[in-house]
Amino acid sequence: MIVAERKPYEEIKEMLSGYKNILIVGCGTCVSVCMSGGEKEVGILASELRMSSKTDGKDWEIEEATIERQCDREYIEPLKDKVEKADVILSMGCGVGVQFISEVFPAKIVLPALNTEFYGATISEGVWAERCGGCGNCILHLTGGICPVARCSKSLFNGPCGGSNKGKCEINPEVDCAWQLIYDRLKALGQLDKLKEIIPPRNWSSSRDGGPRKIIREDLKL
Amino acid sequence: MKAGGNLEKILEKGEFAVTGELGPPKGNDIEVVKKKAEMLRGNVDAINVTDNQTAIVRMSSITAGALLVQMELEPVMQMVCRDRNRIAMQSDIFGATALGIKNMLCLSGDHQSFGNQINSKNVFDIDSIQMLSMVKRMRDEKKILDVDEEIEGEIKIFIGAAANPFAEPFEFRPLRLAKKVEAGVDFIQTQCIYDMKLFKEWMKAIRDMGLHEKCHILAGVTPLKSVGMAKYMAKNVAGIIIPDEIIGRMAKAPKGKKAEEGIKICCEQIDELREIDGVHGIHLMAIEWEHRVSEIVEAAKLLPRPTP
Repeated sequence: MIVAERKPYEEIKEMLSGYKNILIVGCGTCVSVCMSGGEKEVGILASELRMSSKTDGKDWEIEEATIERQCDREYIEPLKDKVEKADVILSMGCGVGVQFISEVFPAKIVLPALNTEFYGATISEGVWAERCGGCGNCILHLTGGICPVARCSKSLFNGPCGGSNKGKCEINPEVDCAWQLIYDRLKALGQLDKLKEIIPPRNWSSSRDGGPRKIIREDLKL
Repeated sequence: MKAGGNLEKILEKGEFAVTGELGPPKGNDIEVVKKKAEMLRGNVDAINVTDNQTAIVRMSSITAGALLVQMELEPVMQMVCRDRNRIAMQSDIFGATALGIKNMLCLSGDHQSFGNQINSKNVFDIDSIQMLSMVKRMRDEKKILDVDEEIEGEIKIFIGAAANPFAEPFEFRPLRLAKKVEAGVDFIQTQCIYDMKLFKEWMKAIRDMGLHEKCHILAGVTPLKSVGMAKYMAKNVAGIIIPDEIIGRMAKAPKGKKAEEGIKICCEQIDELREIDGVHGIHLMAIEWEHRVSEIVEAAKLLPRPTP
């Protein structure tokens, strides 16, 4: 899922100054699962803002709505009536949601309530960690199912640097060394031979480095 | 000869090589480079010039290296993957060799979170092994990456890399060196050695794989200045192991004699390293201690340096 965190409350408050009718839009997908922008979090933020409105004399009118997905036009369009009444939309979706709502309602200002962080998994309750860099050219079959692009701090392709220390990364003893994980996994699978091959310089054009990406599937186009 | 420099000639003749290290200034003061370089003159065969080591902004290794060339000293230009993509690397290698630099060391580079620009974006377009093969291609095939057109001029460079026998996973380290050899490395400088037992085990694995005959291994040594330094390095520097026995010797040395004890330990290490089959030299990293280098190499009986 896309993992995001809510922005600091003060930053959100600051963004909203000068507006009156605020529509907070949650998203029912990734950010609901990582508990940063689903229906529940929309309710919490709305309550906080209503309280500030009273105590700080902000005169805010807060409206709430959580839709299935903010990355699909069909779920955004039914918001039309609520959107028309709002001066500003505060999206609790990921960065995609913020942008896509404003693409559907180009006349409206859409503000981000979250910081979108990474593609990750739920490790345990309240803990999420990055697993994929979305680089567009997967090599997990070569690296024991552990991604060096997303999980090695230096995105190295040919083994651990000299900073690997007792299984941890030189940047932080809380961070696993991805190459230690890769080594251990391949060893357990009896596939250490895979590490002997030099992985050549990579073609990053499939990644963000090639410019903004777009996929067109002719078989699915209407 | 691949580049025809001092270091290459000495190693090819089978003499025991000594390289030193010079950290460029945190600014453009040429005198800092000159002063440190003069302390190393005659005491080492080539001088590593670090590339923004520990991610602290300093004068570029190319520039400081070129200053050494002007002084008729031989630099080993370090280059890290952290700050440059393949375009900048190849361009800088054109430039460095044009300025007379004949050796380089291909490194991953310390993460920027260690340095004084912690908010920066890193690059890591290619890794150090990929850099080695790229430089070898530039030198031997006269071509840059992925392009068939011939380079204008000749890239004469002796290609080095680092190896750390003290970083985990230990069993993978000889394999990683094998990859560097396959990628085209000519010489290796190791991380600072304090744990001689572990280093000897690593060297045995290297010999068993025949890698000591395919590249020149320079054993890394760093004299300890104080107990504090020893403890700090043991605790905080990833990939460095300092046995308690060495820390104990530093602790026991009388006040005012700590540095002497550190140098004594360093010389004993050099003596021991010289006896190891496959070790072709030492890389002396006297960090901000350039003024003690002549004393160390003399005490370690490494003088006079050969004239190739």
